[in-house]
Amino acid sequence: MSIFKRKRHTGIQYSGINPKGYHPSQLKFYIILLPLAAFMLLPMVFIFSHAFKPPDELFAYPPRFFVINPTFKNFTDLFSKMSSSGVPVSRYLFNSVVVTGVTIAASILVSSTAAYALSKKRFKLKQALFAINTVALMFVPIAVTIPRFLVIQRLGLMDTFWVHVLPALAMPVGLFLIKQFIDGIPDEIIEAARIDGANDLSIYFQIILPMIKPALATIAILTFQATWNNAETSSLFINDESLKTFAFYLTTLTSTSAGANTVAGQGMAAAASLIMFLPNLIMFFFLQSQVMSTMAHSGLK
Amino acid sequence: MVNNHIQRESKFKLWLNKEGSAYGFLSGYALMFIIFIVVPVLMAGLLSFTLFDTIQFPKFIGLKNYITLLTQDDIFMKYVLPNTIEFAVIVGPGGYILSFILAWILAQLPKLPRTIMALILYSPSMTSSIAMAVVWLTIFSGDQNGYLNSLLLNYNLIQAPIQWLQSPQYLMTIMIIVTLWSSMGVGFLAMLAGILEINPEMYEAGALDGISNRFQEIIYITIPSMRPQMLFGAVMAIVATFQAGAIGVTLSGANPTPQYAGQLIVNHIEDYGFLRYEMGYAAAVSVVLLLMVLLFARVANSLFGSNE
Repeated sequence: MSIFKRKRHTGIQYSGINPKGYHPSQLKFYIILLPLAAFMLLPMVFIFSHAFKPPDELFAYPPRFFVINPTFKNFTDLFSKMSSSGVPVSRYLFNSVVVTGVTIAASILVSSTAAYALSKKRFKLKQALFAINTVALMFVPIAVTIPRFLVIQRLGLMDTFWVHVLPALAMPVGLFLIKQFIDGIPDEIIEAARIDGANDLSIYFQIILPMIKPALATIAILTFQATWNNAETSSLFINDESLKTFAFYLTTLTSTSAGANTVAGQGMAAAASLIMFLPNLIMFFFLQSQVMSTMAHSGLK
Repeated sequence: MVNNHIQRESKFKLWLNKEGSAYGFLSGYALMFIIFIVVPVLMAGLLSFTLFDTIQFPKFIGLKNYITLLTQDDIFMKYVLPNTIEFAVIVGPGGYILSFILAWILAQLPKLPRTIMALILYSPSMTSSIAMAVVWLTIFSGDQNGYLNSLLLNYNLIQAPIQWLQSPQYLMTIMIIVTLWSSMGVGFLAMLAGILEINPEMYEAGALDGISNRFQEIIYITIPSMRPQMLFGAVMAIVATFQAGAIGVTLSGANPTPQYAGQLIVNHIEDYGFLRYEMGYAAAVSVVLLLMVLLFARVANSLFGSNE
């Protein structure tokens, strides 16, 4: 473990955590990180490069990693095409955007109201309910796909818009993170507002919500990832092709193109996977500092 | 009688005044939580004691599903269970330790490079496995046009292209690598934030107490000071590991996977539930899966929980 050793100067003790600037002692970390980061980044770079390849490069032998003559052909192909059932690709994308937007808004509302109650209100079952939610952090949705299917069928949610939205709202980690964040708001602020005559709703809207923006941004990102990338809902609960999402459409591209291996299919799949990936990256890029400040409260005791 | 009624009504009103708004705020989330988490879990538990083909009403058969699972399901015992344990033990703790080490290294860097690196390391976990399937299928493609095959052929490391995703001896390894690649998720961010939150005075005090190198610092100061984040990270790693179970089917394009080489417990559930419509049996497998998650979480809890 020699990499962890460092000489300590007498006098100033310097832990090295969160340094303000560059220091030669950081060099060894860069030596470990840079090759690893490059390796981690390869598949991402590949998505970008592959999506802009013209057909002859997609199937060139030997295959080339980087694109030489970038073209938008794969994207124009993708959007000029109808799926095998006659639904235009833009329809899937539109569904994905609407579903994701509605789910994020609903998830923020539902999780933050519940988190406010669990953090700041006094009631008998408070501890018990929070404990149940904490156990549910371990919940693996994929394990109960079948009973979920039966529940959704029984409730008449099959083939509706809401089947995309409602199951995603039960997100224990979202409630957990917001609740921990609200715990950081001093009770005195809320007491003071109550003395001034504010009721619960105005406390929630005027005090809590503005103070927990970082937590809300985090929930927005987590919900976004869960919903935007979700293909199972469309394949299990939706038969109506015009209600399915873009993630589902991408699965149909990869499964057919793997067998048929058509040039057009490969290019379109590459373009579609870039469209799937890019919004994730952009969202995290802009919200990352909010996410980090939320994660500081994430401890599980 | 009337008096009693009024009293009860006022008691209810009192409760409503005191606690009503709390439940009002909770109601939306609670409803979704009950419908989509509590009820399915309870149903899985109940259905696991029945014979259920989705057409006829479930028939109670006691522990028969569990007995069949343990004694007669050769595929489960020979492939699914060992595969799941191998996958979970390597990907779970492996991804978790990797996340912690990388988070620790990142914490040693100034803010800008740290943020860029965190973005790079986190981005695989936010990418859907569907989008990545395109990449993996191209890289590991079985003909000579596959990127890996082409590379190895070029350097004469192999003589003929290898069917990476269809070969039982390679599929599991590829599944593990792909999942580890995307294991720097929410838990990783939580641990990074946890390390950055530790009060620098702790390290100074530790140095006075005779801590002489960074490794001791990690063991005696960093990890104990961020136990809550360590536990949160562990739970997230466990969930992500079991949730990633579909990767073998995505890569090989078939359920069951070639010679059951990449068959995990999640695929077994899907196989019985949606392909053979033996819902009762599939539910018993689900219960076993949920118990495995709980078992892993217990181990994590005994390592990092606040059990003083």
